[in-house]
Amino acid sequence: MEIPRGADTRVRPYRGDANSKGGGRSLQARNGGIEVENPYLPYPVRIESIVTETEDRNLKTFKLVFLDAEDEAKFRYHAGQFAELSIAGQGEIPIGIASSPTEEGYLLFTVNKAGKVTNYLHNMKEGDIMGVRGPLGNWYPWETLEGRNVVIIGGGFAFTTLRSSIVYMLDPANRARFNDITVVYGARSPGLLLYKNELIQWEKRDDITMHITVDGTNDPDWKYNVGFVPAIVKEKAPDSDNAYALVCGPPVMIKFTLPTLAELGFPPERIITSLEMRMKCGIGMCGRCNIGTELVCKDGPVFTFDYLSTLPGEY
Amino acid sequence: MTEMYIPKNKIDDAVQEMMAQHKVFAPVLQGRFHDFAPLSSPEEVDWECRNTRLSPKGLFHRHSERMFDYSLSKDDPEAGILKESPKDFSPRVVLNIRPCDARALQLVDVNFDTPEYRDPWWVKRREATTLVGLACNDPCSTCFCGSVGTGPFDAAGVDVLLVDAGEGYVARACTDKGEGLLAEIASGEPVTAEIREKVEALKKQAETSMADLHLNLDLIAEKDMKELFNEEFWEDVHFSCINCGTCTFLCPTCWCFDIQDEVYEGKGMRLRNWDSCMYPLFTLHASGHNPRDQKLQRVRQRFMHKFKYYLDKYETATPACVGCGRCVQHCPVNIDIREVVRRMAASCVCPA
Repeated sequence: MEIPRGADTRVRPYRGDANSKGGGRSLQARNGGIEVENPYLPYPVRIESIVTETEDRNLKTFKLVFLDAEDEAKFRYHAGQFAELSIAGQGEIPIGIASSPTEEGYLLFTVNKAGKVTNYLHNMKEGDIMGVRGPLGNWYPWETLEGRNVVIIGGGFAFTTLRSSIVYMLDPANRARFNDITVVYGARSPGLLLYKNELIQWEKRDDITMHITVDGTNDPDWKYNVGFVPAIVKEKAPDSDNAYALVCGPPVMIKFTLPTLAELGFPPERIITSLEMRMKCGIGMCGRCNIGTELVCKDGPVFTFDYLSTLPGEY
Repeated sequence: MTEMYIPKNKIDDAVQEMMAQHKVFAPVLQGRFHDFAPLSSPEEVDWECRNTRLSPKGLFHRHSERMFDYSLSKDDPEAGILKESPKDFSPRVVLNIRPCDARALQLVDVNFDTPEYRDPWWVKRREATTLVGLACNDPCSTCFCGSVGTGPFDAAGVDVLLVDAGEGYVARACTDKGEGLLAEIASGEPVTAEIREKVEALKKQAETSMADLHLNLDLIAEKDMKELFNEEFWEDVHFSCINCGTCTFLCPTCWCFDIQDEVYEGKGMRLRNWDSCMYPLFTLHASGHNPRDQKLQRVRQRFMHKFKYYLDKYETATPACVGCGRCVQHCPVNIDIREVVRRMAASCVCPA
């Protein structure tokens, strides 16, 4: 019995409903077959290009290309999923996929320099060989979001899977599936915003409303907003009618954005976030990323705040 | 199902017959403790062993598993590409596994053999292994298998169950795999009605020798996860714990692991090693944030996982504990899981 690795064969409930529970599974071992695809084996990829995103040089976007076209075909993903980046001799890191499924031929990962593997990765060169394992985890609930207004709120470098989502929704094949798209994205300073060229392009479009903001700046030519993300959300007051909010950012941003969204009339089951955790396996087996019953790597990383409120506050 | 009687003077022959087709692992005295080891001759088996110090989970989920090999040599065109490390999945028998430990493997199956992903090493070793259990005529004082859904004569997890009937062993096949193994044993004799009665009596005696702890697992299942999580008694439970991790390493149902790369002279391997929720590093983010940086949180995680999260997640009435008692025996500060579970079940916040 072989379980394919591609995401679309897996029915992955997104944890939007507080009543949804992990499926009742048989305790019997299914010893039917001996052919088992190894879910720990990364696909080999080549670093095609590297872009330094921020002025502090702590964030770089890596464009990865599969060495084998068959692997690329198997790596079918949804916006909001993540992957394990693998570097032989260093280890693996769970990173959100910043490219959109509509961008074919490559994967994008924006990586913050923080630990052993990310430090090594930041020193790698174009042409170097590494690995990718995935796609992993659940994704933003695209079917639920159809016909809805989508409000995207991001802060700092937690904008990667939100970038994937925006590109996905703006794709000509998808744009009509969604109503208004509103984005509030902030960073400490203009130099710390990710994907600046794209932000400027989106700003000019009329099928997406952009509210770019920085906590502060000395730049006299800065023509966008100044202020913390929660304050800008309050000021721009996106309509909560028929709307869902996707919120990703540092804990302090989330803490102050949630009450603002509540005031605007967003119920917790329509506020969606993506969580980070220390992970190793990424497939729900190694045991470290749980919040109560939920394994963030496999049952998440996407949860509604309504569902999170039913879990122990251990994240 | 096939049943046979193997007199004790012929048991070595029976083991020898198993060894003809399989690699056979059994409890062997190594230093001060028993451990499961591959047999080179039937005499090595210690039939009096009550249980091994380490559970037999390591035969399936290796303490350290070599996952992948790779080269880092610059002139190797395959440098940096991981290759599966060769493994031996030839047929084997685990002899004299206790019913609790065999049951534990089934409880761990839900983690490693899932509808979405299958852990190749766990699945293939499970497939290649026939479990020959040995019923417990004389459970230890720390055993409480009967209170967590299994028992000293529980055949649910084994392929063959052996019962020591005094002068010989009664072997009963419990699965097709077990039937296949017993078909290879020529030293068996028919089981007489008298011996069958004796086995029944031994079973009854073993089961009644263990006090029913009345753990009220249903009560835990009914409780709200968050309420139980926020109970004040965790302060008491964690107080003496030194986070040594002994319980998690000895436990037959603890499966957590870490993945690490090791490199030596241009060659590397990716390894997976047992890990433990008792250690702060287990959940430490690269940012420095740690969702379980307090000892209380780590201790609570272990018990909540076994007796609450596991039940809720897999919608089962069986906790991730088989009552083997290893953690009770070996805890350096005498934390008793039976007492903890009692408190989890009893601390009912009922209106007066």
